[in-house]
Amino acid sequence: MNNDISDKLAIKTSELTRQFGNLIAVDHIELRVSYGEIFGLLGANGAGKSTVIKMLTTLLPPTIGFAEVGGFDIIKSPGDVRRSIGYVSQLVSADGTLTGFENLRLSAKLYGLTSTERAERINDALNFMGLIDSAHKLVKTYSGGMIRRLELAQAMLHRPAILFLDEPTIGLDPVARHMVWDRLLNLKRDYGMTVLITTHDMEEAEALCDRLAILHNGRISVVGAPAELCAELGASATMDDVFIHYAGGSIHEGGTFGEVSQARRTAQRLG
Amino acid sequence: MKRFARESAAIVEVELIKLVRDPTEIISRAIQPVLWLVVFGQVLAQARGIQTGQLSYLAFITPGILAQSILFSAIFYGIAIIWERDLGVVHKLLVSPAKRSSLVFGKAVAAGFRGILQATVIYLIAFLMHVSLKLEPIAIGAVLVSVMLGSGIFATFSLIIACIVKTRERFMGIGQLLTMPLFFASNAIYPLDLMPDWLRIIALLNPLTYLIDALRGLMVTGGASIHGYAVDFSVMIAVFAVMLFIAVRLYPTLAE
Repeated sequence: MNNDISDKLAIKTSELTRQFGNLIAVDHIELRVSYGEIFGLLGANGAGKSTVIKMLTTLLPPTIGFAEVGGFDIIKSPGDVRRSIGYVSQLVSADGTLTGFENLRLSAKLYGLTSTERAERINDALNFMGLIDSAHKLVKTYSGGMIRRLELAQAMLHRPAILFLDEPTIGLDPVARHMVWDRLLNLKRDYGMTVLITTHDMEEAEALCDRLAILHNGRISVVGAPAELCAELGASATMDDVFIHYAGGSIHEGGTFGEVSQARRTAQRLG
Repeated sequence: MKRFARESAAIVEVELIKLVRDPTEIISRAIQPVLWLVVFGQVLAQARGIQTGQLSYLAFITPGILAQSILFSAIFYGIAIIWERDLGVVHKLLVSPAKRSSLVFGKAVAAGFRGILQATVIYLIAFLMHVSLKLEPIAIGAVLVSVMLGSGIFATFSLIIACIVKTRERFMGIGQLLTMPLFFASNAIYPLDLMPDWLRIIALLNPLTYLIDALRGLMVTGGASIHGYAVDFSVMIAVFAVMLFIAVRLYPTLAE
């Protein structure tokens, strides 16, 4: 391991691979994400985006390969990795039967914050996400955008160095989507947070990402800044053109039954 | 240890908040023991077909119905775990640095508190039906410990099944398949002496038998533990430890 390089990288993978039976969902990927960067992972449904995030967040062990997150090996030091990261799943993970405050308090306790830290950080997070007036309402009464902002608040409560967001705006209307984007950009500006975000929304990728990688059939097709990638395809090329070019021309056709129904369930719950 | 206690307590706290906020499950689960005690128990008591020694039939089955109530409630705990998986709550918990053992233990303790609420309902029904109950603080305390252990055993067993089957549909089928055999292959509604040898062997391998045996000695006046409390509690603690060990290892697979 090259410590000089590793020290400057928030996320580093080497030949990271995950196989499910005969299916190779993620195939020897090499990723380098610097601290303070918003890095996008794009790809059609079933390209392997969520599998990459699950491996990097220690939810799923890789079949072969190596990854470091926040300087910690995901296999040897999963506890340290978990302390360094925040995660917003594609699913709606906030508990609707609890209030926003109770959801945040549970996270704060599981992350070992002291009672003084809990009070201060919950208050800060609620203010930052614009949820202070709804803190004591049940989450099942929240709008989709409010739920996503609450989940972001939960994920940042322990001040992680790196935030993983798996399709955070899926199912949100444009107003709520832009509100989530604003909060993400503020997180980067105010806390210097590193963000790895998966999406197949090209507008989102262009608005948020400093750099992005496009996955196709579990492999990385290309890595670069959105503007550079567009320029490489021609003066009038858009991110949609870039995606179609590198993702095998399948913006909406891919995905297993499970992935599609999961995405629709999430959209339904947030909508 | 302090961290383990703090994390488990956080899980128990949210489970209790949910229970208090929506007690319909406790209310609906109280109906079944009422039927067993008021209808089944009274009819069988009139028939005098089952020899229960010094105890009336109603007093004999009261601890059995409490254990049944705990079993039926805890065994479907896995449905809630699968629901949490489908919602993404499990993913959120597993990405936190909390120990997997404290997450699972917290769930088991929360199931124990549900069991205690059910025990309260059954004490009340039994009292109204003139079953003579032991009300000494030590006896009640030991019943509560038994209920916590029994609930913990079947809730973690349920969690293990949930981790294996992963869908609500499959779980419902397996849950139905397990509960009635576990109940009938135990000393809940008839003594072990009345069972054919093959069934008695199965009953002796069934942890529910030891829960009922302890409850029968601790709960009703004139009741006694056939195996002895040391055996009953040792078996329950050992089974709970094994279930916990397996559940802690399988719980992370829910997010894969």
